Amino acid sequence: MADEKTPIVQVKHLKQYFNIGKANEVKAVDDISFDIYKGETFGLVGESGSGKSTTGRSIIRLYNPTSGQILFEGDDISKIKNRSPRMKQFRQQMQMIFQDPYASLNPRMKVKDIIAEGLDINNLSKNDDERTQRVEELLNMVHLNPEHMSRYPYEFSGGQRQRIGIARALAVDPQFIIADEPISALDVSIQAQVVNLLQDIQKQRNLTYMFIAHDLSMVKYISDRIAVMYSGKIVELASADEIYNNPLHPYTQSLLSAIPVPDPEVEKTRERIDFDHKKHFSDDQRLQEVQPGHFLYCSDEQAKKY
Amino acid sequence: MEKILDVKNLNVDFSTYNGTVHAIRGVDFHLNSGETLAIVGESGSGKSVTVRTVLQLMAKNAKITQGEIRYHDEDLLKKSEKQMDDIRGNKISMIFQDPMTSLDPTMTIGKQVAEPLLIHNKVSKADALKRAEEVLRLVGIPNPKARMKDYPHQFSGGQRQRIVIAIAIVNYPEILIADEPTTALDVTVQAQIIDLLKELQQKIGTSIIFITHDLGVVAGIADRVAVMYAGKLVEYGNVDEIFYDPQHPYTWGLLDSMPTLDTDDQNRLNSIPGTPPNLLNPPKGDAFAPRNAYAMEIDEEEQPPFFKVSKTHYAATWLLHPDAPKVEPPKSIQQRFEKYQQMLGGSVK
Repeated sequence: MADEKTPIVQVKHLKQYFNIGKANEVKAVDDISFDIYKGETFGLVGESGSGKSTTGRSIIRLYNPTSGQILFEGDDISKIKNRSPRMKQFRQQMQMIFQDPYASLNPRMKVKDIIAEGLDINNLSKNDDERTQRVEELLNMVHLNPEHMSRYPYEFSGGQRQRIGIARALAVDPQFIIADEPISALDVSIQAQVVNLLQDIQKQRNLTYMFIAHDLSMVKYISDRIAVMYSGKIVELASADEIYNNPLHPYTQSLLSAIPVPDPEVEKTRERIDFDHKKHFSDDQRLQEVQPGHFLYCSDEQAKKY
Repeated sequence: MEKILDVKNLNVDFSTYNGTVHAIRGVDFHLNSGETLAIVGESGSGKSVTVRTVLQLMAKNAKITQGEIRYHDEDLLKKSEKQMDDIRGNKISMIFQDPMTSLDPTMTIGKQVAEPLLIHNKVSKADALKRAEEVLRLVGIPNPKARMKDYPHQFSGGQRQRIVIAIAIVNYPEILIADEPTTALDVTVQAQIIDLLKELQQKIGTSIIFITHDLGVVAGIADRVAVMYAGKLVEYGNVDEIFYDPQHPYTWGLLDSMPTLDTDDQNRLNSIPGTPPNLLNPPKGDAFAPRNAYAMEIDEEEQPPFFKVSKTHYAATWLLHPDAPKVEPPKSIQQRFEKYQQMLGGSVK
């Protein structure tokens, strides 16, 4: 948990556009700003197309941001060049866990080599023995049998593959991990296992997470603070409890009212809130702090109400 | 209530490179007229195979080794391919998970919705298109007359699923099978599609089999619930019985491992350890035993039969045997029991 509020990542006016200047220009991320504090889990929720994955990918520099700044430990990383030594250094600090455990592991590589790839690229192991030993440690950490390190990905189940993905991210000893829907491809009974694992590792290694997801009940459970994205913008940002108990933005309210709950009585009495894009967005709005630690995308006029 | 569909002792094998997979191992269930039955289970539990077998839409390497699928008074398994063609998309139709792949990208949606009418009924093309327009309006496509000339890519994901539903209901089927129809959709769109299915059920009186792994969705749509694990049903009952009085440890595990918005963030999530068994060599005893904290010696030896909990509620676990020791279910499940007692007004069931 974040006891001291030192930002590890600061995003300032980030814009990520695609097909700039063409008819099909997409403003996937449109001027967002937020901080992620050391040791916390920062949840990013939104529907498909809201820009949440793009935000994660821009931060880890899988894209070149259109404009804005991304500071990691105070250094601007938004403009460092691909394949430069600085990029290599930075990626060692920041790692990613992907959604699809089937597509994100190379089927022709042994598990050992998948996990050790980061070690090899960054010359982190002196010799073969040390490399193998490190892979063993990592497999133990994610509760997989180290004897299976010479197997190929197809020999593992979805949950096990996701553990391999986690071990790979941990190999270079990062400080910050972006997890992009890490459990949505897994079965319900396996999801809880992986979430528990992520939380245990966070405590052991004092990691900071950015957790991108659309499953709101899981995000609430895992996150300290949550940002809600809609149409490329952050419409609300607050602590997890605050977002759920005191949602201010109509879109957040609509999203919360749509979460199915495994309780027939609750479902019978549920009232859904519809959200009308046109009614709630105007040009004079921006993200501003309306209550301590609670940010809302609204106009100055609207902000006075709180 | 009339049983409109009655599946008895269904067994399905798949022959694979590695040997025979016993995907469905003696499944019995029925569907009452006008109700929604939800079949819940994780991937590989056999829920999709079960309903695909009803329509005989199986892969080439699948074989029904035993069983009966009674639709009214006939056994669907004895029907010829041509007779099945008359039933599919007409009396019984299906909605698939992915609206992106279940529509033909090169055909206007008007034609796609009218197609089942032209195939199954002697109607003119003009009449079929008119009916397609009505059904598209019914599923909530705005301005259907103009939009019938559009192609699938011109619609959003939620709208495409509405179109898929329009195709499935255009012949007012008696049974609608929905295989994870909302899994690929966003929560807000999912809520709209579920409302639509409920509304359509009222309007055209169809019975629905709804397949999902999401217990939240089940609570909102189902009249009855069947829980599947490793190719077998493990528990079935009314929606209230499954959610407030579950008896099978697997059902407990499923309900217990989902965080709700009230779950305390300081606690660890309760998870079901391990993974489902490999059905190449199904275990001799209860398939859930290796993952079951409540497993007893007999679970290793012998598969539990169904024990009766109420007239409508059955569970296949040895814990319900009169000689079984009393166990304490997870805390969240005990809370569900308490809620049930309150709902029943404290009366003994």
